[in-house]
Amino acid sequence: MTWITWRQLRAQVLVVYAALAAVAAALAITGPQLADLRRTNPADFLVLFPQDGTYKPLYFVGGAVVYALPVVIGAFWGAPLVARELETGTHRVVWNQSITRNRWLATKLGLAGLAALVAGLISLAVTWWCAPIDAAVNSTEPDGGFFNITRMSAVLFGARGVVPIGYAVLAFVIGVTAGLVLRRTVPAMAATVVAVVAIQVATPLFVVPHLISPERLTTAITATNLRGMSLSADDDMVTDIRINLDKPGAWILSNETVNSSGQVVDELPAHEADCAPRTGELADKASSPGPPASCFEDLAAAGFQQEVVYQPADRYWLLQSIQTAILLSLAVLLSGFCFWRIRRDFT
Amino acid sequence: MTAVLQTQGLGKRYARKWALSDCTLDIPAGRVVGLVGPNGAGKSTLLNLAVGMLTPSSGAIEVLGAPPATGPSQLAKVGFVAQDTPTYAGLGIADHLRLGARLNPGWDHDLAQARITRLGLDRSQRAGNLSGGQRAQLALTLGIAKRPELLILDEPVASLDPLARREFLQDLMEAVADQELSVILSSHLVSDLERACDYLIILVDSRVQVAGDIDHLLATHHRLTGPRRDLDRVPAGQHVISARHTERQTTLLVRTDGPVLDPAWTVSELSLEDLVLAYMSRTREVDNSRPTLEVAR
Repeated sequence: MTWITWRQLRAQVLVVYAALAAVAAALAITGPQLADLRRTNPADFLVLFPQDGTYKPLYFVGGAVVYALPVVIGAFWGAPLVARELETGTHRVVWNQSITRNRWLATKLGLAGLAALVAGLISLAVTWWCAPIDAAVNSTEPDGGFFNITRMSAVLFGARGVVPIGYAVLAFVIGVTAGLVLRRTVPAMAATVVAVVAIQVATPLFVVPHLISPERLTTAITATNLRGMSLSADDDMVTDIRINLDKPGAWILSNETVNSSGQVVDELPAHEADCAPRTGELADKASSPGPPASCFEDLAAAGFQQEVVYQPADRYWLLQSIQTAILLSLAVLLSGFCFWRIRRDFT
Repeated sequence: MTAVLQTQGLGKRYARKWALSDCTLDIPAGRVVGLVGPNGAGKSTLLNLAVGMLTPSSGAIEVLGAPPATGPSQLAKVGFVAQDTPTYAGLGIADHLRLGARLNPGWDHDLAQARITRLGLDRSQRAGNLSGGQRAQLALTLGIAKRPELLILDEPVASLDPLARREFLQDLMEAVADQELSVILSSHLVSDLERACDYLIILVDSRVQVAGDIDHLLATHHRLTGPRRDLDRVPAGQHVISARHTERQTTLLVRTDGPVLDPAWTVSELSLEDLVLAYMSRTREVDNSRPTLEVAR
């Protein structure tokens, strides 16, 4: 059974492994130089590396590969695994050899699942390569730039560490399940792509930040911590104030102004509008002189404070482990469903 | 001797429609059984139940003394050549043989190799490039080299041209003679089965119409021709399968264990094809108030 599983899967597996090996080689060659660049230019490393013709594309490729891998594995390894047999009728051949359906499915799930897990290890290579960048990002206040996104964010949380391994294994099992339920390869592939992308998008947005109850900091708005204000489009009302948390690398979940009774305010009193600069939606304090001190005194006197909800940077690996454990548990549960489902009638 | 196939009130329902109902059979070992009936009669359903691809909706089924497909040892005893003889289009002939060898403890390597050589097939050729007849032969090779006690074939020759049909069946019969295995094969054409089988099951409209040894069936079915008369006047021991009346003459096809004594009848022999056709058209022609036929053993 091992041989036939490998024989049926080898083309897809070899293509993916070859692509991953090429990416891993590129990362291995350039990684040490990238680390050197940071060592020699600690201050402006984050400005320098995106100007390089190699590092910048590799930064994108690394992220893209890690995010695309589960989708590819789910659609090209998982979905056809059972669906193609059902579609072409070959399940009637293999299920009538001297092997039970359960052992057939167990071997297929086990071997291809293991291959998916191994493929997911590319994430560790990307994580290693990006380590100088991630470390540099985490040692400064975020400036909102594209190459300044912390790994503790919805964008990058699923692109580093061990989470992509969980995604790869789960995506594979999702593909198998879709194939077993839909019994047709192409619809199963489409359903797998939709499901995997939805999970990749929704999990870091809605699930991961709440796996552990986040920290909550309520503080006065001061000239020192003010990051910016935004004004409403039509008139000069201040609708939003953001402050700097001064905790580099933290996952900021919300950054809102609250009134004296702790409720979030949508609009601040009219006099605050004078504090905001005239141009720019969210002006950076670095590029403008900043509001006069009276503004902050007025805010404090009216009982306004800023409430920041966040996950501290040091919870990174804890959150990574929890999410990976959840993804792998889901994969096991779905596998169980497959074993239940395969007992049905198939002709 | 254990029955190769034993069913009791076996039925299979898809959504609301019964594909097979109230099927009771007891097929002895060592037979070549033909399962014949029109398309959609439930032949595939019965065979798929026998190999465990389907689970019964009602009743019970035992194959070689155990429920179908319950474990590796039970699976090893039953070979199955499925309808349309599926094979892995992307795999070569050698790959298929390797698959058979890997997945069957009783795999007969020499037999498989000898068959492929005799058929003149190129081992490196992909199954997807084979002709229908060659593919059927490959599927049969997988089924036979597994060395089963019972080989089940679901319309193995339906898609083959007449020549390939004859070659396939001849080949099957040689294998049966060599290996002393029991065979059940289905077809909607009795002519396919006539030469090969010694036992017949006729399945029409999801029900078994008759099942039994072919010689016995032929010995107990007669065509009676005589002056026109009502069916009510047929003796109790004679079951009318079909009746045809003209102005002055009545032709009956009856099943009876005893001799036909009424001198008014001219009794003539039936061919297997006549018999099968009579049963296939019976549901439409004969008044259903007549007692239905019990299964003939």
